[in-house]
Amino acid sequence: MAENIQKGNSKIAKLLQQLLFLLGIVVLWQLLYFVGVDVLEFWKPYAMPSPAGVWKSLLRLIENGSLFAAIGNSLLRGMIGFAISVVIGTLLGFLMEHFKFLHQNMRPLVMGIQTLPSVCWVPFSILWFGLSEQAIIFVVVMGSAFSIAIATDNAIRNVPPIYQKAALTMGANQKQIYRKVILHACLPELISGLKQGWSFAWRALMSGEVMTTCIGLGQTLITGRNLADINQVMLVMIIIVLVGILIDQLFFRSLERSIYRKRGLL
Amino acid sequence: MSLQLRNITKTFQDSGQDAVRNVDLEIADGEFVCVVGKSGCGKSTLLNLIAGLEKPTAGEILLDGAPITGPGADRVVMFQEHALFPWLNVIQNVKFGMEIAGLPKQEQEEKAMKYLRLMQLEEYRDYAVHQLSGGMRQRVALARALTLDSKILLMDEPFSALDKQTSNRLRAELQDIWMKTRRTIFFITHSVEEAVYLADRVIVLSSGANSVQDIVPIELERPRHVYDNAFVEYRHRILDEVQKEL
Repeated sequence: MAENIQKGNSKIAKLLQQLLFLLGIVVLWQLLYFVGVDVLEFWKPYAMPSPAGVWKSLLRLIENGSLFAAIGNSLLRGMIGFAISVVIGTLLGFLMEHFKFLHQNMRPLVMGIQTLPSVCWVPFSILWFGLSEQAIIFVVVMGSAFSIAIATDNAIRNVPPIYQKAALTMGANQKQIYRKVILHACLPELISGLKQGWSFAWRALMSGEVMTTCIGLGQTLITGRNLADINQVMLVMIIIVLVGILIDQLFFRSLERSIYRKRGLL
Repeated sequence: MSLQLRNITKTFQDSGQDAVRNVDLEIADGEFVCVVGKSGCGKSTLLNLIAGLEKPTAGEILLDGAPITGPGADRVVMFQEHALFPWLNVIQNVKFGMEIAGLPKQEQEEKAMKYLRLMQLEEYRDYAVHQLSGGMRQRVALARALTLDSKILLMDEPFSALDKQTSNRLRAELQDIWMKTRRTIFFITHSVEEAVYLADRVIVLSSGANSVQDIVPIELERPRHVYDNAFVEYRHRILDEVQKEL
């Protein structure tokens, strides 16, 4: 009990330290702005964002409702794209694991495509779908499905053979082995793969949104550039980071933790 | 009713070496057979062949007259590592084989509890695998194996990863269970003492031209005691056999 409280306390202390560190950076940043822009006039005010300016942008975008619309639209688009990626990626990964032919021939190709930065899919996507929702979602899928496929292949391959052997000698057939053994055994690694897939999807989403004109965080970023509003640009960048982290922590990390804890891996 | 190995040879393709050579063996119903031998003499290969996890290069294996073509629940294996599934709790693990076999839920529950009780683990039915000690895990694995009523139980050094005290306790429990249930057991071990303690017959494997070097029937009353003179004699005799080659 006492140990738990102590653990809790040290956790809060750690969090507090991290918050203070961030606060320190913001203060330093504002100071830098003050010295560089106001005192020395070393930078032009339109070329240098400041914490105060970003804050004002935040209030303005909340007030006119465009911030939450942008976040909502981006998240929805990202989730649709990610969901399609999960279906395609796990299926492709499963096939690559199951058929030796595909593992030998398809996997190198998939790994090759995976090295292509997702922004490189944008021109192709626009030629196919025009400046549309589908174009962005296509970029998201191309950006994350292949990494999920490789992760799925690896996750299944890394299942300790002893589990399959044990199930075989208890009379399980191939279908039962996949359903009752491999599916469960590969879950921790699969979730890690999906988590990584999400971070790829989120990056690809921003590449797609920046290049098209649909409402979303990427487009808000470009609007900031068009208006030469560096504070808005900075704000949207911060929001993109925060939303990415939030999904990662809230969804994937807690899912991962519950699975690991149940199996005594934490 | 028995398991018959007819002139079994297993050659591994990558090394070209014979893991098992010319094994002729018959195991009677209800018999407890232990296999001893130096590491690398093909003990585990022999077990894998009977389990159907490996196919013999030559010869055939018959169970009640029918040739073995692959793994099956009539020859359930208990491994050196417990091989319990970490995503299932104790009772779910024990039920796994019965679930595969499609037994009615009620029967699964009753049988699982019966064997957990036999292993004195009924209080641990809802525990996660990682919460159990090494010895308890092997007892759960044994309970899981027993629920399947297999014709023969194959045990691949099941107690060798445990500390001496635990493994001694488990082999006494196994002797107890065998005396109660008279299952047919094919048991691999590197401990001659364990073999003499448990077996009706001890098979000594070697890396010679024929894998089976000697078969020693153990004519001792059960329960057995490791300090009896007769026990010690058997032990020395078999130990000499094992160490004879080289």
